Amino acid sequence: MMPIVVTTDVRKNFGSVQALDGVSIQIPAGQVLCIVGPSGSGKSTLLRCINQLERIDSGAVWVDGELIGYRRVGDKLYELTDAEIARQRLTSGMVFQRFNLFQHMTALENIIEGPVTVQKRRRTQAIDEALVLLERVGLSAKRDAYPSELSGGQQQRVAIARALAMKPKLMLFDEPTSALDPELVGEVLAVMKDLARSGMTMIVVTHELGFAREVANEVVFMDRGAIVERGSPQEVLVHPKQQRTRDFIAAVLA
Amino acid sequence: MSTTAPSPVGTGQTAHFDPSIAHLTHVPRRHYGRWIASALILAAFALVVKAFAEGQIDWAVVGQFFTAQSIISGLGNTIIMTVCAMALGITLGVLFAIMVMSPNPVLKGVAVFYIWFFRGTPLLLQLLLWFNLALVFPRIGIPGLFEARMVDVMTPFVATLLGLGINQGAYTAEVVRSGILSVDAGQTEAAKAIGMTRLTTLRRIVLPQAMRVIIPPVGNEVISMVKLTSIASVIGFAEVLRNAQTVYYANARVIELLIVSAGWYLIIVTLLSIGQHFLERYFAKGTGRRSRPAMRPAVEG
Repeated sequence: MMPIVVTTDVRKNFGSVQALDGVSIQIPAGQVLCIVGPSGSGKSTLLRCINQLERIDSGAVWVDGELIGYRRVGDKLYELTDAEIARQRLTSGMVFQRFNLFQHMTALENIIEGPVTVQKRRRTQAIDEALVLLERVGLSAKRDAYPSELSGGQQQRVAIARALAMKPKLMLFDEPTSALDPELVGEVLAVMKDLARSGMTMIVVTHELGFAREVANEVVFMDRGAIVERGSPQEVLVHPKQQRTRDFIAAVLA
Repeated sequence: MSTTAPSPVGTGQTAHFDPSIAHLTHVPRRHYGRWIASALILAAFALVVKAFAEGQIDWAVVGQFFTAQSIISGLGNTIIMTVCAMALGITLGVLFAIMVMSPNPVLKGVAVFYIWFFRGTPLLLQLLLWFNLALVFPRIGIPGLFEARMVDVMTPFVATLLGLGINQGAYTAEVVRSGILSVDAGQTEAAKAIGMTRLTTLRRIVLPQAMRVIIPPVGNEVISMVKLTSIASVIGFAEVLRNAQTVYYANARVIELLIVSAGWYLIIVTLLSIGQHFLERYFAKGTGRRSRPAMRPAVEG
């Protein structure tokens, strides 16, 4: 099966800090990849490079068979325009640690904004689909609530619905439960498990090792901008080979 | 001097409690200072009112000219100029704020120069420059398409509009820029993530949220603009103060006509303040500051 995301030797520096030091991953369609690692290990940066919220310094990223950010002509890579990058982003949906719901729009308006403004779909049709999505994340009653009127868990579920409304082939989750009060984590993870069961390809940066063990097809452990260990959840999280992985898991579970 | 040590204030009295005082009536503190201050201010105010009532002001003339033809038409010009100059100022302000924040160094340079120049020179000087532009460029036009004499184009209205509007744009650009900066970067990232381009993000996501920060200072600037139009009287623009002057040059009722003008400025500014209040409420949506019935921040899961 053709992988839906391929990164090859991706490097990224922020000033003198090397955030990504040659990262290569492949994710087959329909799989769930969890990326774990200490903060500053580059896992969020990798996710943001896949969605072009960061520009990579070298290497290459393909999403759904398409080279990201550049057009190849002969032996040169030409940078794409703003509009072309925006179009490429439609392949993936992104969920942020801090939800980032549009504060001046209700839950329903947040969800239909992309379909109506970007994809130019009919408003009535977008609303119908948005209501189905709200139902799916269990928030039909909150369609007219503004983000400031919702709890963190509710906001994150609306954010997932907003990303799904674009009908992406791939969902990227950047620490989706890290900003939540402990009692609200479960409701968001439940929606994500449901999504994984439906066959969505997902890349999840997370500290929720339980979720990774239960849902992931593959787990990658990153540290200092590089992949330290990868394998099945059993291999990486239960029987890690590398000392750094063992230390991290011990620290998280402590 | 006494040789006894100061008595311990707190400790000695808390030693015995008297539960019976729980029934006693609480008497609020008397604010004698406020009563005295009020009395003094009222007295002073009465003196001022008396002075004006007995002074050399013919209040009948004030009433007579308050709705005089010439004053009302000047008032109309003041309002039209405020609206036009502010519209031009806000348009330029948004445009140049976006240019200042643009990654394009040419656009950014132009905008920085614009703000530097028009904030850096007096408004009165700019008005005089526009009005006397014919001294530099006697004729204006696009070769072959149209041509006109500058003195015909640069009427007092046009000169005032350009002077006030372009100067206002330089200030509004800074207000709009601070409004844009006040919107969380996460909003822009979320907009990008659903495939919006930079300009769509600005129009749909960032500017509507920036409005909450932009409206109060711009409201302030509208109010200030109403009054700024009066300096256009120096280049002969027939706004309310200019027309009041024309009248008092003829009838010598200087103070009466100045009072008429002051009254009208106060009326316009009061109406604008009320409008600003409603505008602020509209753009506060989603911030939780606009109270909506039966909608409190939810805490349940």
